[in-house]
Amino acid sequence: MKVKPLRTRRKFLKDLGYISVGFTLLGACTGVEDPIMAARVDYDGKLPGSMGRANTVNAWLEILDDGSIRVLSGKVELGQGIRTAIQQVAAEELDMDLEKVQVQLAETGRTPNEGYTGASASIQNSAMSVRYAAATARQELLGLASKKLNTPIDDLLLYSGIVKSKLDNKSLTFAEILEGVQIEKEVSLPVPIKNKKEHRYVGKAIPRTDIRDMVRGQAIYIQDLRFPGMVHARVVRPPGYTSQLMSIDDTDLRNEVPGVLKTVVKGSIVAVITEREHQAIKAEKYLRNHTEWTTPIPFPEYSKLYAHIKEVATGPETVKSAGDVTAISKEMDTLKARYTKPYIKHASMGPACGIAMFDGEVLHVWSHSQGIYPMREALSTMLNLDSEKIHITAVPGAGCFGHSTADDAAADAALLALEYPNTHVRVQWSRQDEHTWDPFGPAMIVELEAGLDENKNINSWKAEVWTDSHSTRPNEDAGTVLTARYLETPYQMKSRGYLGGGHRNADPYYSIPNMTVNAHYYYGPLRTSSLRSLGSFTNIFAVESLMDSLAEKAGQDPMEFRLKHLEDERAIAVIQKVKELTASQNIADDQGVGYAFMRYKNTDAYIAMAAKVAVDKVTGSIELIKMWAAVDVGEVINMDGITNQIEGGLIQAASWTLKEQVSFNTTEITGTDYLKYPILRFSEIPEVEIAIINRPEEDAKGVGEVPMPPTPAAIANAIYKACDKRVFDLPITPDKILRA
Amino acid sequence: MPTYHLNINGSKSKIDTEADTPLLYILRDYLELNGPKFGCGLSQCGSCAVLVNGKPTNSCMLPVSTIGDAEITTLEGLESTEGRLHAVQQAFVNEQAAQCGYCLNGMIMSAVGLLNTNANPDEKEIRNALQGNLCRCGTHPRIIQAIKTAAKNL
Repeated sequence: MKVKPLRTRRKFLKDLGYISVGFTLLGACTGVEDPIMAARVDYDGKLPGSMGRANTVNAWLEILDDGSIRVLSGKVELGQGIRTAIQQVAAEELDMDLEKVQVQLAETGRTPNEGYTGASASIQNSAMSVRYAAATARQELLGLASKKLNTPIDDLLLYSGIVKSKLDNKSLTFAEILEGVQIEKEVSLPVPIKNKKEHRYVGKAIPRTDIRDMVRGQAIYIQDLRFPGMVHARVVRPPGYTSQLMSIDDTDLRNEVPGVLKTVVKGSIVAVITEREHQAIKAEKYLRNHTEWTTPIPFPEYSKLYAHIKEVATGPETVKSAGDVTAISKEMDTLKARYTKPYIKHASMGPACGIAMFDGEVLHVWSHSQGIYPMREALSTMLNLDSEKIHITAVPGAGCFGHSTADDAAADAALLALEYPNTHVRVQWSRQDEHTWDPFGPAMIVELEAGLDENKNINSWKAEVWTDSHSTRPNEDAGTVLTARYLETPYQMKSRGYLGGGHRNADPYYSIPNMTVNAHYYYGPLRTSSLRSLGSFTNIFAVESLMDSLAEKAGQDPMEFRLKHLEDERAIAVIQKVKELTASQNIADDQGVGYAFMRYKNTDAYIAMAAKVAVDKVTGSIELIKMWAAVDVGEVINMDGITNQIEGGLIQAASWTLKEQVSFNTTEITGTDYLKYPILRFSEIPEVEIAIINRPEEDAKGVGEVPMPPTPAAIANAIYKACDKRVFDLPITPDKILRA
Repeated sequence: MPTYHLNINGSKSKIDTEADTPLLYILRDYLELNGPKFGCGLSQCGSCAVLVNGKPTNSCMLPVSTIGDAEITTLEGLESTEGRLHAVQQAFVNEQAAQCGYCLNGMIMSAVGLLNTNANPDEKEIRNALQGNLCRCGTHPRIIQAIKTAAKNL
């Protein structure tokens, strides 16, 4: 850990408004008063899922000789600030300085197997596991110290890495208490955790310490990792998903490009290894021009994508059914609408990178994968190598917002490391490959029908959802990683079905007596997987657009209409809050403010949001002026971390809503870079304002995906208010407004 | 293979490389500077920006043979010799203007370039100066705020 400069630290301590445990340690030596210890209360709820596989204290944290703590998390840092959140909960329970807590991110054989870093689950799982492990460690340290100091536990104080007797001021450091042994005690209920009212770190806006490293170019991303003698490699991707290599002629490669070490051809995999990175780029280009491939199976015409989806879909399968929706056709007022969303890219700023080294026995891999343990299974199958012989270390990457290409780059590197042993082989993907071979967020169709009863309440709701899989994350099915699909004996990925993500939030959180959700599954034409919030983005776009249309039909204010269909006080509170935030807005003739609400997965965080737009009625051009969100994630761990995630999520979702679609023609994907696949730039960025309702007594829920789903509906509703035009097909572009 | 003598962060670096090697690969692959990042290789995203004679410039398509004796400053070169952060760097820390931070290099170099020529930019001028810099995390409002803060503290 780096020591913070004094100036920052002073401010930080002042902001917290508490005595510093760091300074009281000094006080302990000079006769200054001991700190008042916060009360502990028994937690007797559920232990996080991650603890099922790792339930001892030492699986989650280690106490180092210098009195600092090393927390072991199975998660990877991808810009969400999970390291800081984990530091906060550990330092809180052990009453120590944040700086004394270091966080070791995922590494096979070292950290717990926590599956994937995704689904907004890192706080629920990783941070909460660390809380209970740290609280248990505290009890164990007090128990051991009690014996060593011959003092009852009630007369002991534990803070700043020591346990001290109130009776005679004798103290022991953690290292002295443990004498080189780690705490192997199992975490079991009830766990005495710190009274949340007395938290000094958790719930506060604790600054992330890694940003200071970032601004100095000292933060290490996977792309920045270097090893002595490391070589560079590129893979020549085929012209299409189903192309196979017919011929390759690398005769003149070494004459044309210096530094070439090896050309690798395996099945339809063509790769080149060079001394320097730019040499690999040139060699890849040379090989692309000197290979012949079979013509891939053509894609459907882009303009007929949604017709194609309906044509190839199976089902339907009823995934939710309550009451009787057959009455819907007899309703007095019925509304029916179809909503569509194209494929959307992850478009991470840092194209995928993987590094691997085979030492003759063990294959070492460095990756920004969201799930190194499951990826190890895929690599094990693909390489026919025992998973015990594969050692993977997670390294931070650029924000990827779901299952992107990290695993594919790691698989490339792993394969090449076996071909070029005892040397670190680094594979860096190009922007074009990143944009083309990404497993996109799937295209979706949502058809809704809803009926109002005589009191203008929603009586019946029917949803039909067409979706491809939202999770093709790696596991023992090697076909989940791209490289394996092009081996001499290729692995084709087995179908995954909906896995719940496709119809997520298609059943509204409103009180509706009769409801049915039917899911229709289709496969292809493009590769798909998890993109931030999965099917909820399209489903809530549909649900919350229709809610405004229903409110209009009922002759009611859209937010009042929502409120009368909600019973949950937390849901009502976020809606009231966003109304309050937008109450003083002046709205010009060409402007509109639209709203949307969601409870994520119907079980997690609550969000109500608003968007303000101006629409030029002649050109259809849209100016997104401002977005507001009121959010309740239960217990807040890091106030600024949550705010940052929501601000960023709103902006990313606005980009998806207003600009993004993966275009293709019958032979290829055409949106291969940031000019052909534009995302929001600075001139288009709206103002954002966030309000967080902190409920320390409630479970902490993740926030990463929460701002995405309501955004397109809030924008569509705002556009409708501004110009009476409703767009049902994402992205919402000027031409669609003019045609509406 | 030709030899180049480059002025980078105030000192001379001797590099033997091919004439078409872009500056980005000199900085990262030869000099092991991690500030400038590879984002697109197409001069579309700004992640690779450096200052060339004080002016923000994308380094990913700039062949080493065209650089001559221009003064190149990377993110690593902004800090004072006593280790004090540049006002722009400090403002990004204070405003917590990052999520993943991958684009931060370009944001900071563009901001420093802007403040070099315009010490008091308004919001529109800030947005214009950063129009070539992409951020996928959506930290733009914090970045704009950080640049306003930096301008005050310069």
